[in-house]
Amino acid sequence: MAKQIKMHLLVCCGTGCRASQSATLQKALERELKTNGLEDEAKVVTTGCFGFCEKGPIVKVHPDNTFYVEVKPEDAEEIVKEHVLKGRKVERLLYTDPKVKEHVPDSKHMGFYRKQIRIALRNCGLIDPENIDEYLARDGYQALGKVITEMTPESTIDVIKKSELRGRGGAGFPTGLKWEITRKSKSDQKYVVCNADEGDPGAFMDRSILEGDPHVVLEAMAICGYAIGADKGLIYIRAEYPLAIHRLKIAIEQAREYGLLGKNLFNSGFNFDIDLRYGAGAFVCGEETALIHSMEGERGEPTFKPPFPSVEGYLGKPTNVNNVETFANVPIIINKGADWFKTIGTEKSKGTKVFALAGKINNVGLIEIPMGTTLREVIFEIGGGIKDGKKFKAVQTGGPSGGCLTEKHLDLPIEYETLVAAGSMMGSGGMIVMDEDDCMVSVAKFFLDFTVEESCGKCSPCRIGNKRLYEMLDTITKGEGTMETLDKLKNLSKVIKDTSLCGLGQTAPNPVLSTINNFWDEYVEHVVDKKCKASVCKSLMRYVVIPENCVGCTVCARNCPVNCIKGERKQVHEIDQTACIKCGACYEKCKFNAIEIV
Amino acid sequence: MTKIKSLADLRKKKEEFEQKLKLRETSINPENYVQIKVGMATSGIASGAKEVMDYLIEELGKRGIDAVVTQTGDMGYCFAEPTIEVKRPNEDPIVFGYVDTKKADEIIEKYIKNGELVEGIIPVNYETIDE
Amino acid sequence: MIKLIIDKKTVEVKPGTTILQAADSIGIHIPRLCYMNLSDFNIENKPGGCRVCVVEVEGRRNLAPACATECAEGMVVNTHSIRVLNARKTVMQLILSDHPFDCLVCAKSGNCELQELAQTMGIRDIPYQGEQSTYREDTSPSIIREVDKCIMCRRCEVMCNEVQTVGVLSAINRGFTSVVAPAFEMNLDHSECTFCGQCVNVCPTGALTEVDHTNQLINDLADSSKTVIVQTAPAVRAALGEAFGMKPGTLVTGKLVSALRELGFDYVFDTDFAADLTIMEEGAEVLDRLTKFLNGDKNVKLPILTSCCPAWVKFFEHQFPQLKDIPSTARSPQQMFGSIAKSYFAEKIGVDRKNLVVVSIMPCVAKKYECTREEFSVDGNPDVDYSVSTRELANLIKRANIDFIALPDGDFDNPFGESTGASVIFGTTGGVIEAAVRTTYELYTKKHLDKVDFKQLRGMEGIRSAKVDFNGLELNIGIAHGLGNARKLLEEVIEGKCAYHAIEIMACPGGCIGGGGQPYIHGDTSILKARQKAVYEEDVNKTLRKSHENPYIIRLYEEFLGKPLSEKSHNLLHTHYFDRKKEIIIE
Repeated sequence: MAKQIKMHLLVCCGTGCRASQSATLQKALERELKTNGLEDEAKVVTTGCFGFCEKGPIVKVHPDNTFYVEVKPEDAEEIVKEHVLKGRKVERLLYTDPKVKEHVPDSKHMGFYRKQIRIALRNCGLIDPENIDEYLARDGYQALGKVITEMTPESTIDVIKKSELRGRGGAGFPTGLKWEITRKSKSDQKYVVCNADEGDPGAFMDRSILEGDPHVVLEAMAICGYAIGADKGLIYIRAEYPLAIHRLKIAIEQAREYGLLGKNLFNSGFNFDIDLRYGAGAFVCGEETALIHSMEGERGEPTFKPPFPSVEGYLGKPTNVNNVETFANVPIIINKGADWFKTIGTEKSKGTKVFALAGKINNVGLIEIPMGTTLREVIFEIGGGIKDGKKFKAVQTGGPSGGCLTEKHLDLPIEYETLVAAGSMMGSGGMIVMDEDDCMVSVAKFFLDFTVEESCGKCSPCRIGNKRLYEMLDTITKGEGTMETLDKLKNLSKVIKDTSLCGLGQTAPNPVLSTINNFWDEYVEHVVDKKCKASVCKSLMRYVVIPENCVGCTVCARNCPVNCIKGERKQVHEIDQTACIKCGACYEKCKFNAIEIV
Repeated sequence: MTKIKSLADLRKKKEEFEQKLKLRETSINPENYVQIKVGMATSGIASGAKEVMDYLIEELGKRGIDAVVTQTGDMGYCFAEPTIEVKRPNEDPIVFGYVDTKKADEIIEKYIKNGELVEGIIPVNYETIDE
Repeated sequence: MIKLIIDKKTVEVKPGTTILQAADSIGIHIPRLCYMNLSDFNIENKPGGCRVCVVEVEGRRNLAPACATECAEGMVVNTHSIRVLNARKTVMQLILSDHPFDCLVCAKSGNCELQELAQTMGIRDIPYQGEQSTYREDTSPSIIREVDKCIMCRRCEVMCNEVQTVGVLSAINRGFTSVVAPAFEMNLDHSECTFCGQCVNVCPTGALTEVDHTNQLINDLADSSKTVIVQTAPAVRAALGEAFGMKPGTLVTGKLVSALRELGFDYVFDTDFAADLTIMEEGAEVLDRLTKFLNGDKNVKLPILTSCCPAWVKFFEHQFPQLKDIPSTARSPQQMFGSIAKSYFAEKIGVDRKNLVVVSIMPCVAKKYECTREEFSVDGNPDVDYSVSTRELANLIKRANIDFIALPDGDFDNPFGESTGASVIFGTTGGVIEAAVRTTYELYTKKHLDKVDFKQLRGMEGIRSAKVDFNGLELNIGIAHGLGNARKLLEEVIEGKCAYHAIEIMACPGGCIGGGGQPYIHGDTSILKARQKAVYEEDVNKTLRKSHENPYIIRLYEEFLGKPLSEKSHNLLHTHYFDRKKEIIIE
């Protein structure tokens, strides 16, 4: 009897895990299987991201669903000899629940996965993204076949409209409506564009989908092409995503070989093919008009809408632009129906949303949750709470265009409208958690720094205004701000929002306004008391010697790089504040807790 | 490479490859499927557990039954090896002893398919063998 | 029609009209900065970048740029609500916060649209101060880029890329450091820039200005060891008056001569004379090539292209070097004047060419560059020492306390003061070719031409074609002004879509009357039309209207040159062209 493959060892080969040697690990596992004569019984599969990036590289063993974390190449031998050969899980590599301090045998029992529903990420971490057959086994291209052979473009758009799917790239525009407008624009040539210009700091939702399940995007684009009447698809992807590009290229090639892209799909006469266009990593090129200009070889600058791309887009032709995650929802909606999709989520926001959890949180990673999940669930259950037991302070959603939400917002359900009402936004899915050690003025400054860097420079409020906002925040963190600075900050923020040309400028002051609204006292503290409670703003910190604790050991003085600590041996030392550069060396070195930050 | 030109082509391709992926898909929600654990400690292997496991995987696949077949360590019933534990969806698990391929066939046909009990059940004051 | 309400006034407009245009139509002037509309040339710049023209549209979340927002049925627009006024003021303060505060010494002061707008809006302080963006200054023979003063209105980009298709200027860098510059921030001088100066003409601030030669001129005039002579181009007299508040289209030839004399020039000559000379040479060349062509000489290429415009010459040297044998080899009037002045005239008055300073007054900034071309010098001494723009001359006249309006009409000096109507129309699109036709007609047909007005050659259309009857021979004439139009016409010729015997090209829209050195028109293209009218008026007023009838031209040939296309002519009045395709230098 032929031997059966009875075990799959899934190794995450997303960008994050690859950076931690997951490719070497994969080879080591394969070698060990061979050494132990198990290559016919178990196989190693490389997949996309599992989401739990905090503890990568991850190895998942099927069919028992064992979830190994932080696996090193040298662990391969033990996994094979113990788990594959003898059926005994390698306890030390199992994920340990930080709350109950116990090993969790499989992913199903991990808090990180318990509240997630995977739709856009359904194949990520499950299939080999470089093998179209695995995608086909997961109903791949069924939706495309169905719309082409059994549905009209109009009925296809109807399904998407009925599903109430909204754009996952930020503003949440109804996807079906966008398709309909593009369908109705008359032209000899139309385009489907996939916006893969993911640019929020810390966000990697789109990258993970493209790396883990590239075919879902290709299939969805072809469906969209059929629906709007386009035969050409373009994926605008950042050149900084080499792995995603590599896998997309393989996927496009495989789909062409199977005749799932190209001419006469499903013998219907419908043609559709896809090419890649590379972006140079400008945040503003995520804005659809700027993206189109960049694809045309022009400077990546937004232009005034209308005309919308649906009417006049790439090369002046009607163009439907959706982002990666939006597309990833399409095939399954076609397969399972709009009604199924609508059972997930809330009244106004249907389905799920992928977020990249980052910041001061235990489980940094990629998650997909049904709309309506509360921030508290995301941060404290899926995210495993705040790192090192610190206190939660704020969470920034919507990336640099979003706002900070606080303790009082924790029980808000995550939906497009509620987030906007609370002064933030859904955005593309960045979620950065901050704790008590974060200074909110500095947080606002961090995001402003980003938008100043990424502004295209076309309109004056964004080009100059955001720079001035940054400068004002900088003076505040240096203790040079006054109450008047705060007034100016508020007025300028409002004008920039009111007058900027594109979404980037119109939302850039959001981090400033939301931190001012939610942490007004902290701003006042900076400008009036000249204090930074979180001890982040160096100019506002002072290292002082506590005379009662100082024994005069001279360690601090010897370690001070600028020689600003004076004092005789066995005498109380003193720090010269005018010369101190606030490096913190004395604070670190003092063994007697005799130096404090005030 | 042959082109896919119809939904039927596509379904054929799917069937060709889905068995390979079953292993991963079923394990996501194992409670929806028949779960079989094969005792594969050294003593189990010695008594032919491996052959039983291979047989189960192949036959279940052939007969179109979605099941999760996993191996496990010592079940604590060395006297009756090879042992397997079978759990039908929403039912308590049952442990069978002295399972060879013939017995496995019987278990599939009677118990797994129809819920009929067959001989060889180890009637224990049951404790799960879940790790 | 679409009905909307602006500031409580109902207005009806055609679909596609912007709020700004709708407001203009009922006399509501919304402040604007980056917006530019050269209506007669269909050139519109509305990047929506400055955000000064924002207005409040009821029901809209944020403010709308009036220049880019189209009117919609039932729209209610408020152009001066408190929200709008505050936003507009703040935006203006932001722009000023990143602009050098050196108005007092800025070349554009008094003509600066930013300065004027700040005044109109009553900006008295700049609360949002901070770092200012700084860039290195770039000086070329014609144009100075002081882009610290750039406000990213992108007008120059539209002129350089869309209108002229030269493609040198574009936005570079991102965010706060973004600015308009040649690719890789290379020097203008190393780029394909033609120095047409259309960017200078539209720059609202002092970011782009011409190289100023007035101080050098003052020094030369003060130097008693030097004989300083001046030539003035035809288009100058049709525009200079504007700088002194005179109505556009007022001819000021006589006052111009008097002013130049008061400034202290030793001789005041007319470039028009050299224009007549150009026609003699170019006309002879046309005739020669035409005759050979008609006789079946396969070595002769037609069409013949005019070569008076230095920006056009540099353009084809960069963009169409394969055509460098097609243009006429005749030098431009400015250079013909220079070489005759520093040979024939210098000899005549007994002055060494090194002590003879030839200055030109030009409506152009490319002429400054033309003076510096090596082939137009003898032993390092340029035929024309330098060229001064109409704007610079106006400034100099004011500086010299000359009451321009009160000046009596003066006469040009001889022997280079006499000119015909043919030379005057050199100043406008269609003029050079009409002048050439007047002379070649008589040379070719050996018949007297009675009706000298070839109206079919005139107009403001970017590309024109016309047929001229040479006593049975039908000549096809093409005309293009604006380098983008020139490119289009040339491509058609290359593709064989049209066959012309001769083509006139001028780089600037409207020809020299719209040159890069003329008084600023601030978007009012009706001024160019008025200048054009004035030029044709001067033509009609002249007794002599054909170049070959100019008695001083006749004498020049008798005394010095012999005949057109003679060896002496070749040496002094003709030139050759260079392939500059690979000349671009990137540091």
